[in-house]
Amino acid sequence: MSNNLRFKTSKFIDETYRVSFKFNNKTYFGFKGDTLASALLANGIHLVGRSFKYHRPRGIMTTGSEEPNAIIQLHDNSSRTEPNVRATEVEIYEGLVASSQNCWPNVNFDIGGINNLLSPILPAGFYYKTFMWPASFWEKYEYFIRKSAGLGKSPKVADPDIYEHKYIHCDVLVIGAGISGIMAAKMAAKNGFKTLLVDEKSYLGGSSIYDNSEFSKINNQITSSWLEKEINEISKIENLEIKTRTSVAAFHGYNFLLARENLTDHLPINQRENKVRQRLLKIRAKKVITATGSIERPLIFDNNDRPGIMLSSAIKKYIDLYGVACGENNILFTNNDTAYETAMSLIQRGIKINAIIDIREQIDSKISYEVEKNNIKIYKGYSVVDTYGYRRINKISIMKLSKDGQTVIGDKIKLNCDCLGISGGWTPAVHLFTQSGGKLKFREEDQVFIPNVYPSDQISIGSCNGDFGLDEIIKNTLSSIKKFLDIDNSEYKAVETISGLNQSKRNIWLLPSDKSIGKTKSFVDYQNDATAKDIKLALREGFRSIEHVKRYTTTGMGTDQGKLGNMHALGIISETAGTKMGEHGTTTFRPPYTPLTFGTIVGRNVGEFFDIFRRTPIHDWHVANNAEFENVGQWKRAWYYPKDNENMHQAVQRESKAARDSAGILDASTLGKIDIQGTDSSEFLNRVYTNAWSKLAVGKCRYGLMLNEDGMVYDDGVTTRLGENHYIMTTTTGGAANVLGKLEDYLQTEWPELDVYLSSVTDHYATISVCGPNSKKIVSKVIPDLDLSDEKFPHMSFKNAKIDNIKCRVMRISFTGEHSYEINIQANFGKSVWEKCMEAGKDFNITPYGTETMHLLRAEKGFIIVGQDTDATLTPIDLQMDWIVSKKKYDFIGKRSLYRSDTIREDRKQLVGLLTENPEEVLEEGAQIVADIKKSPIEMLGHVTSSYYSPNLKKSIALGVVKGGKNMLGQKLIIPMENKNINVTVADPVFLDKEGERLNAKL
Amino acid sequence: MFLITCPFCGEREQSEFKAGGEAHIVRPKQPTELSDDEWAEYLFMRKNIKGIQFERWNHVHGCRKWFNMVRDTSNDQIKAVYKMGEKPPVK
Repeated sequence: MSNNLRFKTSKFIDETYRVSFKFNNKTYFGFKGDTLASALLANGIHLVGRSFKYHRPRGIMTTGSEEPNAIIQLHDNSSRTEPNVRATEVEIYEGLVASSQNCWPNVNFDIGGINNLLSPILPAGFYYKTFMWPASFWEKYEYFIRKSAGLGKSPKVADPDIYEHKYIHCDVLVIGAGISGIMAAKMAAKNGFKTLLVDEKSYLGGSSIYDNSEFSKINNQITSSWLEKEINEISKIENLEIKTRTSVAAFHGYNFLLARENLTDHLPINQRENKVRQRLLKIRAKKVITATGSIERPLIFDNNDRPGIMLSSAIKKYIDLYGVACGENNILFTNNDTAYETAMSLIQRGIKINAIIDIREQIDSKISYEVEKNNIKIYKGYSVVDTYGYRRINKISIMKLSKDGQTVIGDKIKLNCDCLGISGGWTPAVHLFTQSGGKLKFREEDQVFIPNVYPSDQISIGSCNGDFGLDEIIKNTLSSIKKFLDIDNSEYKAVETISGLNQSKRNIWLLPSDKSIGKTKSFVDYQNDATAKDIKLALREGFRSIEHVKRYTTTGMGTDQGKLGNMHALGIISETAGTKMGEHGTTTFRPPYTPLTFGTIVGRNVGEFFDIFRRTPIHDWHVANNAEFENVGQWKRAWYYPKDNENMHQAVQRESKAARDSAGILDASTLGKIDIQGTDSSEFLNRVYTNAWSKLAVGKCRYGLMLNEDGMVYDDGVTTRLGENHYIMTTTTGGAANVLGKLEDYLQTEWPELDVYLSSVTDHYATISVCGPNSKKIVSKVIPDLDLSDEKFPHMSFKNAKIDNIKCRVMRISFTGEHSYEINIQANFGKSVWEKCMEAGKDFNITPYGTETMHLLRAEKGFIIVGQDTDATLTPIDLQMDWIVSKKKYDFIGKRSLYRSDTIREDRKQLVGLLTENPEEVLEEGAQIVADIKKSPIEMLGHVTSSYYSPNLKKSIALGVVKGGKNMLGQKLIIPMENKNINVTVADPVFLDKEGERLNAKL
Repeated sequence: MFLITCPFCGEREQSEFKAGGEAHIVRPKQPTELSDDEWAEYLFMRKNIKGIQFERWNHVHGCRKWFNMVRDTSNDQIKAVYKMGEKPPVK
């Protein structure tokens, strides 16, 4: 460590606690309290990264979340590796490992640096313009462009850390614990408001906490001492919660804010075990006070991006807070007085200032006179025109500015330096305010956007509201908070301030150069390598909207969202286009204010909680019996049960055959079940289904089809009349929740006069379907008391029964075309009844089958699956289900739409069966159906919706929708595939037992 | 995220609710008497106003009741909520 860069004076640095860390595989030392940036600077390292496009060497510019250059990869190759972290925000700890990004083989010698030499041919829009032709080549270009463009590397393994979400409700939220935030929090809390104060830093007090200058005093004390006492006082207030290392990411409507609280990132890895790393706070505040401060502006001039060029305020903070000198021979370049505060800090530590370049002709403030007294040469009315040094700045050249500031005149003076502090004034941090929907106004005097119209109960105070002087900040904070909180007692008696700074500044967005603009590289957006030249080019090419210029030049589109340079981009646009600032608006600030980790966003919703799933009461049996599962909605449904290394096809063939030859058993518990009661239940069903319900006798079941008002099929299922005014409706598995919602909607809003009550009972019952020629024998063993004779218990009827004294409902309904029974029993008995059925079916080779076999069996019968064979563009008529649409009923949902001019077209897509010429050939679901492959372009007639090999028919069968398919029976069509054309014939969609003999066979 | 005052439950987070489109569109009592155009008017035509809009909302993860809301779509301010069947408040 170069000792002459470290000053043992800061109370924020614990010099008794040495911390070792690795950067680019080399070990360095810092102290507890350092950030990675301050520790690197103390080791004399400025060059930490390469720029995005030109691979130019870049150094640390700032001290905070606005950092555009010093973005690094943390934890290198470990599972915790994290790209694009700002070195200025990383608190160092023992064992920290970090490395530079976007460079190869290393940051000091980077092959990509050749792009800098090629930069004259890499202007804004270069990629758009160059890699357009031929279009098909983009995929080839893309690989190399993506490889050479560079941010960090994503982790490749699961994140070992724990994250969580937390809701917080408070009366007052104060964002930012600078001087105005501290005062506001104290006023709010002392007046009884439940208050939360958050700050992104690890310490409170903002930039005033290290302000030891004699030039700004409060009540005759230096600012930092006064503020320390205030912080000490507020830490004792009971109804004030303070959270440091907490960055507000988003400010939404209705004062809903998201913040990230960092809990372990500053700890050595071995101390993070079992601790929550980051917490996403979901804050709902009655009132919000934004005190986010301001960000220093850089100055835009040729080669303003070399390592060693930093914000002037950053140099001050590295000295005063971290005790680190950024250079040994400094030059400051400014347009305002704040750089003189930096000068005073440097002078106090005896660090050399070679010169101050001030673009103002007149400087009239106490602090500037004091600096001059220390024999510092101030070049008034001068501007930097160029800088030198590849990996670190070593020289600058300056020239006199013309009166109007448009050109530079006279001789070039060269000055040596190893660090150049720049200050272009200050930009209020209005990001959160605008996120919340606030409208800004432009203040001409000092060229800043400040809050104007508040969209919710909130206020901005301090420098984020455009108050920059200490006296102004304190005076306005006191008065506006009193008014905002409607309180009399401000907790502050007369606060006297002294400030040696003058607020005058000379604003020039793009400083003139002695070179033509085309030969300069004046960076506006450091992270995305967007220069003033690029912005001017965009305007020359006709872009006018700030949003378009932004996207074309990528200005402000980096991970820093252009916190430093956005204002200059706006300024250069308005100067070039000859418009007034504010006229073009600003670009939109979008959340998050600083990047969030994915871990924080998902919180505990990882692993099995990422997308929670529902299990049927029989789930464990399926698992124990080797089932493969399929996701249906949120449900895990048994898909098929492979035996002895069967693949899916083999298992499904075996299951399908067994169900028709002897007996099959299916867990149908996932079907939606809605209990319907009330005196108008029959009328209600009449209105929601296409068929008639009034005459359905108690104890009978009926299949129903439900439409949307547009006439398209929405859902289907069997509904059973349990009593005079009592029905149970079944819906599709995936549609259950939506169907209930739709029925409730109609009941509450269109037909409130109907006496009908709905309850979802899907989870209350387990549903076991036993089918096949031996189903009757099996069920009679399970429920011996139940008379299963066709006379007493015919197809489409229901009986109450008991199994071991437990009530159950048995329906004789069928989705397979086989004789079958559905047993509905209280869910917690589901598994034992299933096992009983298995036991009873042992002698009949009862075969459990999953959803795949169910699909195959129903396809043999031509039964549709809503959502597979339909897609919200098919009417019942299109499905050849005219039989279910009542002609007599006056109205039902969707009826009127069935004879709109569009729905009565003959050439609509209609459901048909498809048989392949080669019975062994199974079609692909989703494959297109055509008639003429010679026509160009080929006309698509429809597509295959369901396709299987039927072991019962010993041939391939398929359902599909085909334009005008209803009238194409027997016609030959073609399914063109990648390497062959498959010939098919249009057939009846019912492939097996059209007469329904199997259902009614005497067993 | 809005704070919505359900007329039955009181103030709740927006995440408990579902928006249901334009309010005060009554399903025709005699759809069969309507021409295609008249039916299409009911079926498809919805306003998309920048400003004061009348909307249906459902407290889907709460009491499951539908109700109406007057919302300014330009700034998301909720001007009023009222039960189904009640007259909209005068602007």
